[in-house]
Amino acid sequence: MGSITLAAGKIPATRRVATAATGESGAVRWILIGVAVFFLALFIFLPLAIVFSQAFAKGIGVYWASLCQPDALAAIRLTLLAAGIAVPLNLVFGVAAAWCIGKFEFVGKSLLITLIDLPFSVSPVVSGLIYVLLFGLQGLLGPWLARHDLQIIFAVPGIVLATIFVTFPFVARELIPLLQAQGQEEEEAALALGASSWQTFFRVSLPNIKWGLLYGVILCNARAMGEFGAVSVVSGHIRGRTNTMPLHVEILYNEYQFSAAFAVASLLALLALTTLAVKTVVEWRARRQLAESAAWSEERQVV
Amino acid sequence: MAFTFKKRSNLPGFGLALGYTVLYLSLIVLIPLVATFLKASSLSWEQFWHIAASPRAVASYRLTFGASLIGALVNLVFGVLVAWVLVRYSFPGKRLFDSLVDLPFALPTAVAGIALTTIYAPSGWLGRPLASIGIKSAYSPLGVAIALTFIGLPFVVRSVQPVLEDMDKELEEAAASLGASRWQTFSRVVLPTILPAALAGFAMAFARAVGEYGSVVFIAGNMPMKTEITPLLIITKLDQYDYAGATAIAVVMLVFSLILLLPINLLQKWSGSREEKTSELIPDVIES
Repeated sequence: MGSITLAAGKIPATRRVATAATGESGAVRWILIGVAVFFLALFIFLPLAIVFSQAFAKGIGVYWASLCQPDALAAIRLTLLAAGIAVPLNLVFGVAAAWCIGKFEFVGKSLLITLIDLPFSVSPVVSGLIYVLLFGLQGLLGPWLARHDLQIIFAVPGIVLATIFVTFPFVARELIPLLQAQGQEEEEAALALGASSWQTFFRVSLPNIKWGLLYGVILCNARAMGEFGAVSVVSGHIRGRTNTMPLHVEILYNEYQFSAAFAVASLLALLALTTLAVKTVVEWRARRQLAESAAWSEERQVV
Repeated sequence: MAFTFKKRSNLPGFGLALGYTVLYLSLIVLIPLVATFLKASSLSWEQFWHIAASPRAVASYRLTFGASLIGALVNLVFGVLVAWVLVRYSFPGKRLFDSLVDLPFALPTAVAGIALTTIYAPSGWLGRPLASIGIKSAYSPLGVAIALTFIGLPFVVRSVQPVLEDMDKELEEAAASLGASRWQTFSRVVLPTILPAALAGFAMAFARAVGEYGSVVFIAGNMPMKTEITPLLIITKLDQYDYAGATAIAVVMLVFSLILLLPINLLQKWSGSREEKTSELIPDVIES
């Protein structure tokens, strides 16, 4: 304790000297900032600006009409349906995976983590293809499905499956480090005080990871609603029936209906911006929660 | 029992959680992937080679890997710069820039694709000035590289940023006090520290770019042999009901992305161990 106070007492003096020696001159600093801002403006702001300027290029009337087209509404409904199934399934999986990986030590754990991350390294097009090869007419289960009059590929189930695959790791990935960092003491205390397993999980573990969980779900949802490549392979592009919002954007764009394409695209861009806003808030909350629990454990050690 | 699968723990739910995890993972990921390799194994080696090494496929690999490499290199240089500026300097709008760095992760690829195409098309905001000096950006390999730079942008920034944040200034101060110039300090002290993280970000951006489809198809022009990326070639073969052809090329891509996982994991471990080492070093320095 003594050495820390001593070091803390020294800091102001060293810092003053340090900033002069380890900072750049004003000119270099502003050139670096300028180049970085230019790069971000070119690749981030310009695409965002063009989406909204093109969407409203022909006025708000055309914008609204493009969103109210029956095909556009059908695409929005299908996107909400696919995300509405994929996100909860991956949420339950993510919590289960994070629980066994984060709280227990077992053989093959790092292999399991690698396998969970696998969908991130597979090309979206290949992600769609693997389901075509399994459930399509030419696929391994295709003839059996056809005999029982079940259609998965070029239908809604295929779209849902492809969406689940590409968003598979999101929630698990957010939660594993959180559960690992929190250790087991709080849960053990709850169990010792007579709480049941599920009570412990819902009242102790879950509140501790709520911000990470929310962030994982938001990311998972953004990717689920925006997925293009994988869904494109399994959808069959049947208008009004198997078109999701991104696929609808593609069709409109290829038919030179640019305003309509960008109108639907602007909804997806808004979704992306909302996701980033939530992410910023959640990171801020998580940092505060971390600081609070660190302060708490320090206090406890002193006592 | 000499061998124990799991360490003793007082917490409940291990069996249920692991069982469900493995079942769901098998159904969604493992079984379909294995089925793809099974399907590919129904091709003879000659058939497989004939498809995977056909001139059109090789041209698509060259474009996909070349443009991905260019995109990842641009991101390596500018990603380190952006991370440096966001961590070390303060300027108006910094927090906004910081949050928007992740936009390429959050923006659906089709939206990015049509936005970039509209910007770089011959009549677009940047396409017209570029065309007037004789540079064709959209519908050319350059367009592919632009799209792949966009989608890989967050990787290097987000992997270097935490390392720079955790880096203690003492090391730089020591270098400066020993007479190193600012550039020497950067290249001999800062750069080696952030190198593993920067390379990990580079490898992830490269891997992501190789598989990318949505943001590229609109801007690429999609001419066979010239501006056709490998994922598009798979879709073209599927549209022609050439399942064997699509599978063979998909297996090439799958094997490549599995191989790329190894260096990415190693780089991340290297980066992690470096961070631990420096943070172990610092308290000793202060206390002595």
